[in-house]
Amino acid sequence: MAIFSVYLVNKAGGLIYQYDNYVPRAEAEKTFSYPLDLVLKIHDEKVIVSFGQRDGIRVGHAVLSINGVDVMGKNTADGKDVIEYLKDSSNYPVSIRFGRARLSSNEKLMLASMFHSLFAIGSQLSPEVGSSGIEMLETDVFKLHCFQTLTGIKFIVLADPRQSGIDALLRKIYEIYSDFALKNPFYSLEMPIRCELFDQNLKIALEVAEKAGSFGPGS
Amino acid sequence: MTVHNLYIFDRNGACLHYSEWNRKKQAGISKQEEFKLMYGMLFSIRSFVSKMSPLDMREGFQCFQTSRYKLHFYETPTGLKFIMNTDLSVPNARETLHQIYSTLYVDYIVKNPLCSLGDPLQSDLFSARLDTFIKNLPYFNPRAA
Repeated sequence: MAIFSVYLVNKAGGLIYQYDNYVPRAEAEKTFSYPLDLVLKIHDEKVIVSFGQRDGIRVGHAVLSINGVDVMGKNTADGKDVIEYLKDSSNYPVSIRFGRARLSSNEKLMLASMFHSLFAIGSQLSPEVGSSGIEMLETDVFKLHCFQTLTGIKFIVLADPRQSGIDALLRKIYEIYSDFALKNPFYSLEMPIRCELFDQNLKIALEVAEKAGSFGPGS
Repeated sequence: MTVHNLYIFDRNGACLHYSEWNRKKQAGISKQEEFKLMYGMLFSIRSFVSKMSPLDMREGFQCFQTSRYKLHFYETPTGLKFIMNTDLSVPNARETLHQIYSTLYVDYIVKNPLCSLGDPLQSDLFSARLDTFIKNLPYFNPRAA
């Protein structure tokens, strides 16, 4: 069981805290000969696989390194365009490492504000009166739980679908936020949280919640 | 337990079908605007979920719930989207949505040469069968209101 990440979103939709609680999954490295049997394309300044799945390389995975040297976005370490480099048959055989691209801080800010509006639309499109926004969003690999306080701050936790005790965890995080962020005289409201005690206590709360384990499907 | 409403969208975002059974609150905008808002929300959720996910996904977004209702989502590989809103006590309606697709949509729309795909569904037979199908669901029991 696992808790993947924690996001705190202020009432304007700004991301004020984010913590990733998982190590990125095993990545696939493979040596290719010319021509490449995958279709690559550029998306969001990254080179990603758009067609062809094999040996643990999946559509959507990004090129992380070429011949053991990490790439910088869509360029190789020495500034050449990755796509152009891979078109040149004299560079083969070449060893390429693929994996899920990590989210950049900018993307995290964007996703947080995206959820902020999804939350509001979820409540507007409700067929029932007096509905809140999205409280739980489920996919086949993770569940997103959201708790909005009366003051409008959203606590978002991404966890394994079978992980239980998330409601208690969300309230615990609220408590930690009230104790260690709000009572910190150097913390200004609505701004990113940079308080050491908050970090420490949040990590302890996550460990405790993960130990609570799972009790079958649902939580 | 109850079913509120059902939307069917094609892969371009056009609303092919909409029907409602026990809907207590309207969105306060015209139906056309509501369909656009609903499709936009689902489109964003799909992109949001694929970026947020820590692992590779197979099926992606399945459902979400608020304090009052639950939205079930099913997408076919051809991009047709089936959305059903129910109350919170319905555990999983994806099987039902798949049945609506495989038995009702395929049989009464795809196999009907007079229905052109991509236009709003006109078939009365389809609407009638869908209505019967939904009303026979074990969780279709409007609470005494």
